[in-house]
Amino acid sequence: MTAALKVIQIGPAAAFQDLGRPGYIASGLTRGGAIDTLAVHEGAALLKQSPDCAVLEIASVGGVFEATAPLRIALTGADMTARIDDASAAWNAAHRMEAGQRLTIGAARSGSYAYLHIGGGFDAPVRMGARGGHMSAGLGKLIAKGDTLPALPDTGTRTGYYLPRDKRFDGGTVRIVPSVQTNHFPPEERARFEATSFKRDPRANRQGIRMEHDGTGFAAQGMRTIVSEVIVQGDIQITGDGTPFVLMCESQTTGGYPRIGTVIPADLPRMAQTPAGGQITFQFITLEEAVTIQQQDAKARAGLAAKAQPLVRDINDISDLLSYQLVSGAISAQADPFE
Amino acid sequence: MSNTYPTIHTVGLSGVLVTFAEALDDTANRAALAFRAAVDAQGWDWVHESATSLISAFFRTDLAQHSAASITEQLTDLLATRDWFAAPLPEGRKLWHIPAVFGGDLAPQLDEAAEAAGLSPQDAVAELTSTRMRVITIGFAPGQPYLGTLGEHWNIPRLGTLSPNIPRGALVAAVRQLCLFSNDTPTGWRHVGQTAFHTFRPTSETPFPLSPGDELLFHATTPADYNTIAANNADGAGGATWEALP
Repeated sequence: MTAALKVIQIGPAAAFQDLGRPGYIASGLTRGGAIDTLAVHEGAALLKQSPDCAVLEIASVGGVFEATAPLRIALTGADMTARIDDASAAWNAAHRMEAGQRLTIGAARSGSYAYLHIGGGFDAPVRMGARGGHMSAGLGKLIAKGDTLPALPDTGTRTGYYLPRDKRFDGGTVRIVPSVQTNHFPPEERARFEATSFKRDPRANRQGIRMEHDGTGFAAQGMRTIVSEVIVQGDIQITGDGTPFVLMCESQTTGGYPRIGTVIPADLPRMAQTPAGGQITFQFITLEEAVTIQQQDAKARAGLAAKAQPLVRDINDISDLLSYQLVSGAISAQADPFE
Repeated sequence: MSNTYPTIHTVGLSGVLVTFAEALDDTANRAALAFRAAVDAQGWDWVHESATSLISAFFRTDLAQHSAASITEQLTDLLATRDWFAAPLPEGRKLWHIPAVFGGDLAPQLDEAAEAAGLSPQDAVAELTSTRMRVITIGFAPGQPYLGTLGEHWNIPRLGTLSPNIPRGALVAAVRQLCLFSNDTPTGWRHVGQTAFHTFRPTSETPFPLSPGDELLFHATTPADYNTIAANNADGAGGATWEALP
């Protein structure tokens, strides 16, 4: 029997994702895919499977999922409360579920997007070469209560591993490189941009993240209207009222607002995960510096599987703690236990 | 910043943009299309995908793996090989015939667009159905074509406030261009016609029917005929036909 998760309850914004659908920019379709691709790689590393496996991307609130057969899951990205039946389940970790067990994922404690991975990957429909949803283009759909989320055959066995969490879930400094119109912003305007503390607008979504700040808007100079041209994920457009808007994975393919800079790919997960109201500052680096950072980031992603550690159960998570024989065998502090 | 075109710019670490003019211009549009085709024909391994917009060509790559300096040098050398502004239109173009309703409840901003262009609604429709409009770019939304170019009197500005929800298949006008919407969308362009033509057909073998260089001729139809077409539109063709252009 194919393993699956039955959706008993689900939050308002959960959908299948993967690493996206490249190759369609010329036709007006951006790559899409998971907004936090690092979390996809982390889940793949925990389950020792390909990062191309489809995952469930969950914004804001999770849901309740029942296993139809023994299966493996991993939980990555925004830290949400999680239980398997009555036992709490560690985040950024892989777990085994038995048939009939229920996984309950609550609200985010930090970050914005959580990921539920399944051993073998979800058997989401392949459309135009990928399984990920692209909601603004009408590809894929939100997961609904009553859906069954089938897994592809799982050849792996590893569970009970975790990865240390990084600090990308609470805002911070995001590095940017110069973009097509950067030089049209006077040096003092760019310096003010770097010195400004921005707040993530709560209306942010997979298309883009508007950044709020106190003070006057930012403006390019000496430019006539820009003829619409290709825009890429991470580009920071300065919209008509001088507000920065960071383009994300499901943006349009072209735009005509001046771009002050572009977030480097290695910092897009931080950009994606910064919660509503979280603080961000932008820091210009050179293209050469960015290249070095990106090469290190690619190595770090490739090394994630080796970084995974066996999960040591926290005694607070063991619901039947009192039934364990915790003291037998402990004889005396002086005795040599190996004797 | 160079004052001479074409220019080459990196776009984040995701690619390079070659821009052929400062403002929208037909020869620059042809140059962008021809240069993209020429780069694709080179088979360079750093080109992960390519695209054109109105007057620029974009080549996606990973600049952490491929040096921007050597990419720029290759592109500069190729740019120097010919006069891209004199390039012909792409091969394999199609002429599409697409039924559309102009004005009335289905396209309620025809009258004000006509007035802005200094025409009677009847004359506006006559021009919109006799001008062969060329796809100058596909973009913004999946499969969505920007069509040029209407006469100078059609250089009507976008509206100051957005119309909240113009439907898929809408034919909208602004700044001497028409656009045929892929999806329901808010817009500042004026809604002058309505078609049942789907520019993005995700389950089809050819999800994107239109290509840059294709020409579109709209044929005025009645609301009753439009409703019949829309009700029998499983393939998304919206009653359109096409013929090959020489």
